[in-house]
Amino acid sequence: MSHSSSTEHRDYRLTGPEAARAAEKGLVSASWYQCPISRKRLKELMQRRDGPALRDTALWILALLATGFGGYWFWGSWACVPFFIAYGVLYGTASNARWHEMGHGTAFKTRWMNDAVYQVASFMCLFEPHVWRWSHTRHHTDTIVVGRDPEIVEPRPPSLVRMALSLFNLPHGFNTLRSVLRHAAGRMDDEEQSFIPQSEWPAVVRTARIWLVIYALVIGLALYQHSWLPLMFIGLPSLYGAWLSYLFGLSQHVGLAEDVLDHRSNCRTIYMNPLLRFIYMNMNYHLEHHMYPMVPYHALAQLHEEIRHDCPPPYPDLLAAFKEIIPTVMQQRKDPGYFIDRPTGPRTAAPGQNQAVPG
Amino acid sequence: MSEQWIDVCCVDDIDEEDVMRFDHGQHTYAVYRSADSEFFATAGLCTHESIHLADGLVMDHVIECPKHNGRFDYRSGKALGAPVCVNLKTYPVRVEAGRLYLGVPT
Repeated sequence: MSHSSSTEHRDYRLTGPEAARAAEKGLVSASWYQCPISRKRLKELMQRRDGPALRDTALWILALLATGFGGYWFWGSWACVPFFIAYGVLYGTASNARWHEMGHGTAFKTRWMNDAVYQVASFMCLFEPHVWRWSHTRHHTDTIVVGRDPEIVEPRPPSLVRMALSLFNLPHGFNTLRSVLRHAAGRMDDEEQSFIPQSEWPAVVRTARIWLVIYALVIGLALYQHSWLPLMFIGLPSLYGAWLSYLFGLSQHVGLAEDVLDHRSNCRTIYMNPLLRFIYMNMNYHLEHHMYPMVPYHALAQLHEEIRHDCPPPYPDLLAAFKEIIPTVMQQRKDPGYFIDRPTGPRTAAPGQNQAVPG
Repeated sequence: MSEQWIDVCCVDDIDEEDVMRFDHGQHTYAVYRSADSEFFATAGLCTHESIHLADGLVMDHVIECPKHNGRFDYRSGKALGAPVCVNLKTYPVRVEAGRLYLGVPT
């Protein structure tokens, strides 16, 4: 079912008038609906393990090495192209999923493992680790609340030019370059000051400077060797390999409702094959992740089975999701208030409370 | 400041390595039972965004907030890193005749 709430163009900045409007409407740090699940079962699903993430991280590193070696070996011929396509997706897309999971601290049971992979993956997907940790915290507090959520992928009305550029991560890459340079110079902008505690600012500055040193070394090596090859391994794959990450990002919330307090209305769960789920670390169960972010990626499919009776039907595959997203985006260009109203059905638990029931 | 001891529950009402919410008056608390059956109590809401910690996960001596995964040592209330920066307030507990009591300031 589709719906149009308003044709006005909204201000998505965190420092604009919509932030105050969201607070007036009770959308800030509000209580969200949670599908009922027993405390006992939820505790089982929340349990941390190192095994799945150790296996998946080892596979990821091995795949990066194998495809990277293929790209190096065939460099100078067309045969290197498929290797760099695969390397790029592993570098520019899979790193985004790892940044996300490690940021939640749920992938590994051992804390330092989460933190170590988080730092590396942040660099690979161009998400400054401290900035985006706080940004993502806000995204979970005020998911798709205009004026509050800094991670709304496509503000309405969507820009097709921006979307095309985003397939190569260019807007994000450009913004990251500017912010890394600003942070390396010791400055935070107004929006960042609104969601990053001052105690974290020195770490932001330190990381930005480390990133600049790494990029300077890689660019220096490329100049020294008169070759693009070093940049094909570090730097450029954040751009040429991010297209799948962008498609994943679009599929999470784009076209669904803004300013609601029910993740069933603003998140998609999409069935995917094992390869995509490996790259995406099961974030295709996005509704489940938002509703219960304590559940590690390796238990999301089980959580899905527990609550699916209280959720809209999942999409059978990514293609089905885009059959909804693309026409919706096109409609939103003419009517920014247009969105897909997901069939949530009657609530089986009261909003505004934790719906976990005693085990 | 004196303390008033409030009857919370039977000790067996809380599983080992788990947490339970306890409301009294206008306040909400989180009451913990460690893996070796020691009991502790803290303020019930995360200092980051006022989420009930009793919905979170207890691992060793750490309570992790269910919303943003902020972590506290529930024995001391110490915040263990971003996104939590402010420590939790802790409260004394005692066990008598199989019942758990919480000491709240009067």
